[in-house]
Amino acid sequence: MSITYIDAIREAQAHLLATDPRVFLYGQDIATFGGAFKATKNLAVEFPGRVYDSPISEDAMIGLAVGAAIEGLRPIIEMQFADFSSIAFNQIVNQAATHYFRTGIPIPMTVRLPSGGTPGSGPFHSQSMEAIYAHYPGLVVLTPATVSDAYHMLIDAVKLDDPVIYCEHKFLYRWLKADQIQPTNSLPIGKARIARPGKHATVVAYSAMVHEAIRAADRLVADGWDIEVVDLRSIKPLDIDTVLSSVARTGRLLAVGEAFPWGGVTAEVISRVSSEGFHLLDAPPMRLNARDTPVPYHPNLWAAHRPTPESICHALRQLLSF
Amino acid sequence: MVRGRFVENKLSSFYKAGKIVGGVYLGRGQEAVSASLACALQPGKDVFAPSIRDQAGRDAFGEPMIDCFRTYLGSVLGPMRGRDGNIHRGRPDLGMPAMISHLGAQVAVVAGMLFAKRQKGILADAVGATCIGDGSTSTGAFHEGINLAAMEKLPMVIVVVNNQFAYSTPNTRQFACRDLVEKAAGYGMRGHAVDGTDFLATASVIAHAVAQARQGNGPQFVVAELLRLGGHGEHDDASYIPEAVRGSHLGRDCIQVAEEQLIAQGVFTSDEIQAIYQETNDEILRVTAQVQQEPVPDPYQDDWSALSTPHLQPLPHQA
Repeated sequence: MSITYIDAIREAQAHLLATDPRVFLYGQDIATFGGAFKATKNLAVEFPGRVYDSPISEDAMIGLAVGAAIEGLRPIIEMQFADFSSIAFNQIVNQAATHYFRTGIPIPMTVRLPSGGTPGSGPFHSQSMEAIYAHYPGLVVLTPATVSDAYHMLIDAVKLDDPVIYCEHKFLYRWLKADQIQPTNSLPIGKARIARPGKHATVVAYSAMVHEAIRAADRLVADGWDIEVVDLRSIKPLDIDTVLSSVARTGRLLAVGEAFPWGGVTAEVISRVSSEGFHLLDAPPMRLNARDTPVPYHPNLWAAHRPTPESICHALRQLLSF
Repeated sequence: MVRGRFVENKLSSFYKAGKIVGGVYLGRGQEAVSASLACALQPGKDVFAPSIRDQAGRDAFGEPMIDCFRTYLGSVLGPMRGRDGNIHRGRPDLGMPAMISHLGAQVAVVAGMLFAKRQKGILADAVGATCIGDGSTSTGAFHEGINLAAMEKLPMVIVVVNNQFAYSTPNTRQFACRDLVEKAAGYGMRGHAVDGTDFLATASVIAHAVAQARQGNGPQFVVAELLRLGGHGEHDDASYIPEAVRGSHLGRDCIQVAEEQLIAQGVFTSDEIQAIYQETNDEILRVTAQVQQEPVPDPYQDDWSALSTPHLQPLPHQA
């Protein structure tokens, strides 16, 4: 018996609906149909009156969630694809994110963003939006990379009184499996995790890139390199302490992200480590991102657009050559 | 509506005296619509999402006058504590959300508040209402919000105050339909049109629309025609409004019209109206004298947290 990453997301929502009457789900095709990815399969039947199909109105979906949160409910909004949240951008960053600072009244709302690339998905069904939302004060941005984190971090997100952007990776939905969900959540929101201990260099990654980084690290064992991989788990807040303590052990840093290269999470990690841990570095910190183009459609192009175990190995060899 | 006008006159004086930092946005000429809507609502049960020209409605819905002056003058004791200003204030926990600047965005928020009341089983005959301008009807947020509210069959009243200009842009560069009330049918809503300069007609039409929503007849769409009797803000002399429009029926002052109507109907005498004006001005003087002595925000005392969860610390601003 195994459970997939998307099963964990469904189970977390079932748990939340069963245990917290304030929770309801609102999103496109999520009721009878169970969602474009089946993350809400059967939930409308199991929890009548708690799971709603929305019109194709991302702006109004988040506006509705803000209003419902003001009234004390805990909406979970499913964006069909993270890319479409651009339509809801105003309500997320100006309405939801500013509300607590302006009024003193928090907005406990969770927005699920099916994120990242899969083969053949093309420019508008592949984007990674985490850095855009992390830029704005007033939002918590989570990027679970494991089955257990997908489950526990979604529950933690809904329990939080503040708005959470929950970035779930579409590539991990059915590819990533675990024997079981860990019964207890070992780490709170805002804490990173050492996904693979090592000593020669630190790779900081998140979401699907954690798995690509681990593959790259496994390949470099044959060359005698022992690479540490840090899974950020949470983009904002960013657990810079765990990153710095890893860099203190290894002296080398490569930050890997699937998002576009300008600014973003990897730039933030490099910036923080450079200013707060410059003395820990034995080599210039490096970063590896997607290419600075829209995400391409064809699998051949897509595979060369995002970081892969090959490109991560290549970057690590450069980093280790200093 | 008189209280709204007089408060705004004081705000204008403060602005011209340099005592208000930032913009001042007034609702002169729109008081009959704004107050009529709020008077048809029940504070504590209903939702009212005011827009930028709703001082009269805010007051009628029960917002303390001091909230207005504290927010404009940046008192730390106000609801926004200096963190936001002017008309971007509210009491969301008392059914009056704090608007953001992006037009049309409050429509879906009101829908969400009503949706939540229904979900919690406490909706009963509560309604939610918001005022927006002619310019807001051009936004995507307006369309998405109003369509969602109608689809969800929420007891909502959307009042479009067509004051002929969105900042400086006339209706002719804003929409192509003959009359904005025609939009109601497209959303599956009942439409109501009214002359917003006519106090009694406005009060009657808006009260009817609110009653329709309250009785479970679905969302209502009201369009009130009038002219903004001033600029977009106090920085704007509105020189783009043609004299012919100013002098037209639309340019009537709804407060003068209301005075004439109420005296003609024997509701008030001229002396009684003057007494209301005096009483309002006395209150404004008391409130503003107090607010001007109140503390303004201290950057060293602010916790600078955009999150309510204390342990999720913000990024340092210097690293």
